[in-house]
Amino acid sequence: MDENDNVLDEAQKDAEQAENSRALYEVKMKYLGRTGRITALLKKMKELAQEDRPAFGKKVNDLRMLLEARFAVLEEIIRQKELEHKLESERIDVTMPGKRKREGVLHPVTRVKNELIDVFAGMGFEIYEGPEIESEYYNFTALNTPADHPARDMQDTFYVTDEFLLRTQTSAAQIRVMEKKKPPIKILSPGRVFRSDDDATHSPMFHQMEGLVVDKGITLCDLQGMLDEFARSVFSDSSKTRLRPSYFPFTEPSVEVDVSCASCGGKGCSLCKGTGWIEVLGAGMVNRHVLENCGVDPDEYTGFAFGMGIERIAMLKYGINNIKLLTENDVRFLEQFKD
Amino acid sequence: MLAPLSWLKDYVDIDISAEELQEKLFSCGFEVEELTYLGKDVNGVVVGKITKCEKHPDADRLTVCTVDCGAHGVKQICTAATNVFEGALVPCALDGATVLHEGGVQKIKTGKLRGVLSEGMFCSGEELGINNDFYDGTEVYGILILGSEAKVGDDIRKIVGIDDYIFDIAVTANRPDCQSILGMAREVAAVLHKPLKMPALEYHAAKTDVKIPVTVKEPALCPRYIGHYVKDVKIGVAPQWMRRRLALCGLRSVSDIVDITNFVLLEMGQPMHAFDRNFLRGGEVIVRRAKEGEKIVTLDKKEFKLNPSNLLICDKQGGVALAGVMGGLNSEIKPDTKEVFFEAAKFARDSVRKTSRSLGQRSDSSARFEKGVDAYTPELAMDRALHLVEELGCGVPTSYRTDVNSADMTPKQIVTTYAKINALLGIEVPEAEVNAILTRLGFAVKENKDTLTVTVPLWREDVDGYPDIAEEVIRSYGYEHIVPAFLSKATVTHGGLTHAQKLELKFKNTLKAEGFMEACNYSFGSPKDFDLLRLPEYSPERNAVEIRNPIGEDLSVMRTTLAATMLQNIVRNVRRGNDSGRLFEVANVYLADTLPLKTLPEERKKCVMGLWGEGDFFDMKGAVEAVAEAFELNFIFERAERSYLHSGKTAAVKLGEKTVGYLGELHPAIANELALEKPAYLCELDYAAISKKFAKDITYKNLPKFPAVRRDLAVVVGEDVTCAELTACILRACKAVTRAELFDVYRSVTLGAGKKSMAFRLTFTPDEKAEKPLTPEAVDGFFRKILGNLEHNLGAELR
Repeated sequence: MDENDNVLDEAQKDAEQAENSRALYEVKMKYLGRTGRITALLKKMKELAQEDRPAFGKKVNDLRMLLEARFAVLEEIIRQKELEHKLESERIDVTMPGKRKREGVLHPVTRVKNELIDVFAGMGFEIYEGPEIESEYYNFTALNTPADHPARDMQDTFYVTDEFLLRTQTSAAQIRVMEKKKPPIKILSPGRVFRSDDDATHSPMFHQMEGLVVDKGITLCDLQGMLDEFARSVFSDSSKTRLRPSYFPFTEPSVEVDVSCASCGGKGCSLCKGTGWIEVLGAGMVNRHVLENCGVDPDEYTGFAFGMGIERIAMLKYGINNIKLLTENDVRFLEQFKD
Repeated sequence: MLAPLSWLKDYVDIDISAEELQEKLFSCGFEVEELTYLGKDVNGVVVGKITKCEKHPDADRLTVCTVDCGAHGVKQICTAATNVFEGALVPCALDGATVLHEGGVQKIKTGKLRGVLSEGMFCSGEELGINNDFYDGTEVYGILILGSEAKVGDDIRKIVGIDDYIFDIAVTANRPDCQSILGMAREVAAVLHKPLKMPALEYHAAKTDVKIPVTVKEPALCPRYIGHYVKDVKIGVAPQWMRRRLALCGLRSVSDIVDITNFVLLEMGQPMHAFDRNFLRGGEVIVRRAKEGEKIVTLDKKEFKLNPSNLLICDKQGGVALAGVMGGLNSEIKPDTKEVFFEAAKFARDSVRKTSRSLGQRSDSSARFEKGVDAYTPELAMDRALHLVEELGCGVPTSYRTDVNSADMTPKQIVTTYAKINALLGIEVPEAEVNAILTRLGFAVKENKDTLTVTVPLWREDVDGYPDIAEEVIRSYGYEHIVPAFLSKATVTHGGLTHAQKLELKFKNTLKAEGFMEACNYSFGSPKDFDLLRLPEYSPERNAVEIRNPIGEDLSVMRTTLAATMLQNIVRNVRRGNDSGRLFEVANVYLADTLPLKTLPEERKKCVMGLWGEGDFFDMKGAVEAVAEAFELNFIFERAERSYLHSGKTAAVKLGEKTVGYLGELHPAIANELALEKPAYLCELDYAAISKKFAKDITYKNLPKFPAVRRDLAVVVGEDVTCAELTACILRACKAVTRAELFDVYRSVTLGAGKKSMAFRLTFTPDEKAEKPLTPEAVDGFFRKILGNLEHNLGAELR
């Protein structure tokens, strides 16, 4: 049975030549396949005498089992090798940048506007947006600013016709709301406003946010309480407000509202020009004539109103030094306002 | 409003520092925008007496002086000035001093001039920042030679009138009464709890027979006109103290009579005018509207053509002054003027403003009238002017005065209660405090049981109700007394964004998620924008609302499309080296029914998107599809044309039959015009239209019981068959196919020219009510049906 030993040796040699699992499989088939050497040996059994056949059969069978065991070992070795090779060959440069979908941004004015809306919506304010081209009546006359009133000179107005103009203040929305809705009223009105000013701190178009509360027993104390809450929400937990006398035709008394400088905490710095305070908005108790103009009885109801420039708040919050940046739409500017 | 501290001190005993006064004024409503110490740049300059003048040993043009500087010692100073002499009193800038020099500040040091020690410098008026109006003899060539009143060793600032502060005060529009030194002094007196010392008003009236009758034909435009006759006028130069005050407030000295009118304007806030009586033809004054085309030449020699909206002060023959704006050249005060007719009037502010604006002629007087002058002050001002005439000795006030007064001079009374005042403020101000505050501000207070009757001073035309009284109280009492509360008595209301406002925010966030950055542009643009966009002449976008008084032509029409400003944004970004980007803006366009506007225009919300650099048409379309997905909109995209877009790369966005937008590549000709090297893409959406179709809210749909089956289908079609046609044909073929997504387009020589292969991934979903999953046989059947339809309808072949 020399041939058996030869088969084993040859198989061993062939298998050692195999470099991958495919080649090894082919070698395996050469010996163990349907047309392989083992099958060939078994065919020879016919040529043997009847009595020799069982022994020969057992010997071939043992040989097959031995071969199968050897192949199993070799296969495992090759698999390991191949896996290692695969891992090695699939190496990547993990320091390359990740793949991302680039998110856009909301405009800083929209961001601040949304933040302000969140603050006041929580206090029960509804949001109302009025028209941007307004009649002179809503923008001035109904707001206690008749035609020869010097306050009309406080703002440089863009006129479209004798009657229509680009609204100079979101206060115009106060009248529209009060004409339709009876107290209690809590309204916030954001939007674009226009003034013919154009320099480093003034833009011919900017955004304002007007607030209006009309109810029974509303006082100046309520105004300051609400503005304190606003300052804490928008600037910092320790922010405070300060009221000082001012003048708007549609409020009486009128106040200018300063917020303690968040940058220095009120000690005085370059941002607040050493005063510790930053002028943020105008406010006051709604003028009786304005209430009357809207059919609200000023002896029954009182109210307060406040108006702020959204750009101004955004510039203070983010340290933006030129209002023009807000309408240039330079992507290098905008992308800094990612969420 | 400029107010020198020294002038305020004439009327109030101010015993606090300028800085402390600034604080006090701020707290009661007068912001001092700038507080300037006049002598801030002149330090260490003292009065010296030259005791010896000798020639410099090595320089002919230099003189070596020995100067006695009193407590500062005896100094040696070399000078090139030629007007020095022994015994002269001069300003000496000693070692370490600062003086003004050519617009800056110069530091003086001890040094040697041609080998001789010089321990300082003599100063000219210019180096001290003064002129003749501050100190007579200043405007000489050389060194300022001081008068004998100067004491050796004294600080020069006190002597030449620059030891003073100027308050630049922001006066709110409701307080025209404070546009004067006296008005501010009233506030200062109140805030310091000090009495107000009124300026001297008395004068002696000489008898006269002269009459200058005044007729006011327009009492509405001229509620009060006071005229007064001054005789024996000798025109000269106003005294130092008066000229200095005018100079401090930025006015130049003209002559004593004219200076008096300007002085009273500053002091009382009442514009005045002085006519040469001999040039009032017919010896009378008529206040009337100008006739159409009537002309006047004003003091500054400008001629104006007038119309009846201009109020004119006339004599018998014609205009002698443009009321409230400027006097006429024909009746101006000249060096030989012998008789003067003073005018102190109240002209309606609107009338003065209109005249001043329409003629483009402004003056200190018109500026003052535009803020509002009360009817009470003219009389005060006239008395003051006459007092000054007498004090200066430049004329003799007479007894002739005419006062045409149609104004109501009854003081206003406001009847209110302490309770009402406190209810508005939300705090309890003690009654005695209320009374004291109001009294200090010149109000008369009368109590009767609960009611409070407040008489308003005549100069406070702004006060007309109890809230004004409440404001007077709180600004004096102090806003720091307000105790923040939180709507203690108010009704609880429900707030927040409306549904539409929430959806707009979601819309913006959808575009943001697609990589777009939100832009914000002005609502107005240039009429040339329409040409840039190649909009046809008949295009409705050209009917833009125009601004009458724009900042410039570039910002003169209200936007009817957002495309132009977006295009400018792209151009600006590219020019700044921002090679790629995505921007969007949601804003109103303004659509007029008729022009000029008869009613408010429609403000229609639109969205514009811009994309440049990285990305192409389909990136833009993908963002629009993201919007469709977010709001469950069934957008249909059809080939279309738009004037500013590439005709082969433009799609209309439709909802049903209605076009709601366009997207496409910027027209190459426009890109070329704007020097854009790479293609840019634009999309305009009619936000107002699409937002109406936004899905109301999320409604849950049941999941299918059995999984969907996916199959790929590749067909070869002619080049002009579109993806939309194929997709529609597939989806129409059977109900079970719920999605057909293109995933590959392939062209090759084997396929042949004019042919393309398009591969779709089909999704078959079992009916919701189906009892069993889709069998492969059933799917085969669907597949055959789809293929059959494609072959039949679009000439497709299976690849």
